[in-house]
Amino acid sequence: METFSQMLQLLFSGLTIGAIYALIAVGFVIIYNVTGILNFAQGEFAMFGALISISLVKANLPLWLAIILSIVIVAVIGAVFERTAIHTARKSSMTTLIIITIGVSIAFRGIAILIWGTQAQSLPPFTDNTPIKFLEAVLLPQNLWAIGLAIVILIAMMYFFNYTFTGKSLTACVVNPFAARLMGINPNKMSLLAVVVSAGVGALAGTVIAPISGASYDMGMMLGIKAFVAAVVGGLTNAPAAIAGAFLIGIIEAFTEGLWSSGLKDVVSFSLLLLILFVKPEGLFAKASGKRV
Amino acid sequence: MNKKSLKLIYNNSLVGPSIFFALLFCIPLVGSNYTLAILTMIGFYALVCIGLTMLTGYAGQISLGHAAFYGIGAYTSAYMTATLGLSPWLAILVGAFISALVALLIGIPTFKLKGYYLALATLGFGIIVYTAFKELTSITGGSNGFFGIPAIQLFGFEFVTDQSFFYLIWLFVFIALIFSRNIIHSRIGRGLRSIEGSEIAADAVGVNLMKYKLQIFVISAIFTSISGSLLAHYVSFINPTLFTANTSIYLLIMVIIGGVNNIWGAIVGSATYVLLGELLKHFVPVFFPNIGGEFEIVFFGLLLVLTLIYMPNGLVPQFMKIAGKFQKKERPAPIAFTIDTQATGGEVND
Amino acid sequence: MTNKELILSVENLTKVFGGVIAVDNVSFTINKGEIFAVIGPNGAGKTTLFNMITGVLPSSSGNVYFQGKRLTRKKPYQIAQAGVTRTFQNLEVFDNMTVIENVMTGAHITMKTNILTAGLRLPTVVKEEVYTMEKALQCLKDVGIAEFAYEMADKLPYGSQRLLEIARAAISNPQLILLDEPMAGLNAEESRQLVEVILKMRAKGMTFLFVEHDMETVMSISDRLVVVDNGVKIGEGTPEEIYKNPKVVAAYLGDDEAEEGVVYA
Repeated sequence: METFSQMLQLLFSGLTIGAIYALIAVGFVIIYNVTGILNFAQGEFAMFGALISISLVKANLPLWLAIILSIVIVAVIGAVFERTAIHTARKSSMTTLIIITIGVSIAFRGIAILIWGTQAQSLPPFTDNTPIKFLEAVLLPQNLWAIGLAIVILIAMMYFFNYTFTGKSLTACVVNPFAARLMGINPNKMSLLAVVVSAGVGALAGTVIAPISGASYDMGMMLGIKAFVAAVVGGLTNAPAAIAGAFLIGIIEAFTEGLWSSGLKDVVSFSLLLLILFVKPEGLFAKASGKRV
Repeated sequence: MNKKSLKLIYNNSLVGPSIFFALLFCIPLVGSNYTLAILTMIGFYALVCIGLTMLTGYAGQISLGHAAFYGIGAYTSAYMTATLGLSPWLAILVGAFISALVALLIGIPTFKLKGYYLALATLGFGIIVYTAFKELTSITGGSNGFFGIPAIQLFGFEFVTDQSFFYLIWLFVFIALIFSRNIIHSRIGRGLRSIEGSEIAADAVGVNLMKYKLQIFVISAIFTSISGSLLAHYVSFINPTLFTANTSIYLLIMVIIGGVNNIWGAIVGSATYVLLGELLKHFVPVFFPNIGGEFEIVFFGLLLVLTLIYMPNGLVPQFMKIAGKFQKKERPAPIAFTIDTQATGGEVND
Repeated sequence: MTNKELILSVENLTKVFGGVIAVDNVSFTINKGEIFAVIGPNGAGKTTLFNMITGVLPSSSGNVYFQGKRLTRKKPYQIAQAGVTRTFQNLEVFDNMTVIENVMTGAHITMKTNILTAGLRLPTVVKEEVYTMEKALQCLKDVGIAEFAYEMADKLPYGSQRLLEIARAAISNPQLILLDEPMAGLNAEESRQLVEVILKMRAKGMTFLFVEHDMETVMSISDRLVVVDNGVKIGEGTPEEIYKNPKVVAAYLGDDEAEEGVVYA
């Protein structure tokens, strides 16, 4: 059955891209929940992650080390960004803070041009990328890596937020910042932690997608915006809802591209965004209470 | 009391703007064509930024999709004049009407919501419109662009030279500036500023917040569309890359650099952006010879961040400090963008 | 009050916060030209009641009628448009404007300028602006702070900011002004000034409803009042009647929290 294999193929690539969106979207939700900021520089963390790991591989580092190092470096970039921009302007209005993240994302893109130029580059696949046949569909191991890593990371983060002291502290800041402060939790530190964690996860997303679709200075913008769409469609206030939104967007895009036209896949996702904003602004999968946890 | 007593609270004098524009209008007498082309470009942006400044500073909303209105104006004018052979002035009106309608359609649902949903909705909308410009090839010419847009005419006079277009665009800027300042210095402006002063009290004195935010959004869409229409006639060739999400972001940068608390910020911001862009194009390749693409964005990104952190009211207050020696008291600014005491994450308690 | 004309009627207003009944079935009516007070110890439900009347909080059940029109479920700006304005316990002046602009903003609903006529600055707009500015100045004179007209509002002393709020509430010629704890934070001299302003405006026919726990002011200026405790109305009548009401005396002198209100006076 040819259509079945085609559907399976599309579903598979939708899950892959959905996994990438999910990783970036989760970072987005963490920052939004802890600080209230819509971080428009989120996609740029993925861009840095991809390009830095490529450079490290070119410097003859083993791939796994390059990836880990690039995640660490991007987490540090995230920390610097939080301390110099967000923290310095923390008393400004939310509008100001959001526009600051837009400025940072543009500056990051510019820095990337200065370092890596405008040519797209690529990272070798994590493992031998010989296609695997699965129920008439052809699967690439790198795509499996993407989906698998995303699931592992997302589960690890659930664990972190629900079962570790630091994670619970972060959650507490969201539920009740005042009470959290009384309990000795420092919201400033939590803001830093939130940005560092989401930068690191974003970097991982970048290294995972680099072998699939390459990496260039401007890859972050679309990734970031799509993750954004995913988070809003699923539910901006709630990580599992955002993840569900990410996979939904990924699958919808894959099917639009495969069955209709690649030029229209953006239109379909953004139309869905507008529709959600107008009809169900709290998101498709968010709990009715709308609590930001 | 009479008209003059209003001067005690609002500086509505036409003297300042008239002197500024009189001086500006003398430039063609001495400037080169290059200077005129630069100034004309500033004029296009200034017209957009006047509306966007009101939206950001007075209605407190972020739009990340104004390039779409710019494009709607441009493509409407192109299609109606080049393809349908209609009057360019009619085309400008139709473009403005479509933009206003679209702004209403996006604004009505989003302004009901709290927070920054306009930013998200306009971002999505901007990308949809951009894709439409690219994909609707039979109307827009797709990625290849739209060629042969005729010059704009008035009573048989064709605006083809840089000089004539310079006067045309800046006349529009002048009108938009006075129009917007009049709005700010009125019941509507007080209503909008009251939202920043105390939202709960604004509500209690009967200000319908959503209505005014929406009206300002529509006005800014109209200004932007008119600017886009004029641009199409000026350059005679347009393509979708003029109207990307990046363009929207650059417009926002101009508005912030100039300062959103003063309508003159629109002109200062667009001038700074265009002039700095030209400078960078000339000097950066000297230091980084192999650089390509839009390398200048790094400067604009940093400029945006530094402005917001260290000069949240933009450049205009800095100019006013200098001008203060000549002028009396200036209007106090709305606090949309001044650093306030609201703690980061103040929204968390929603 | 020979000719009693009903202006506001509160009917069985109730507010439940997740199982806790904050306001329980409270009813009363106010006549035109009255100074009417709602008093009660801290936490008695006064503020909740006030917020329901002003549309800040939706009521769980019950209705508010103003001149026969239902206010329940109207938004605050619609209530203002109906002719009911208010002041705030924790001052809410527009701190980004001058004093006179604050008062002019209060006239928002009485003005006709729309965005188009404003942009074109038609002669009618200028006329309306001049008229409103004059009226604003008059209102500032009425409350006695006209000398600050062109200062920024946040530079005013606390007591004057409260007077400014009253001027802002009065400029639109409302039928009813609601005052939320108007005496809170004022010193004796400022309180006296405020009482004077309220009485003067009442003499011109204005109606006031205020919530307050400063007993002394309430008793000295209000025509009638209701007393709420634990969300329930425990008394209604003239100040003299209230003094004699055993339930009220018990509520006010019965526990420590209540005493605070009296001591505060």
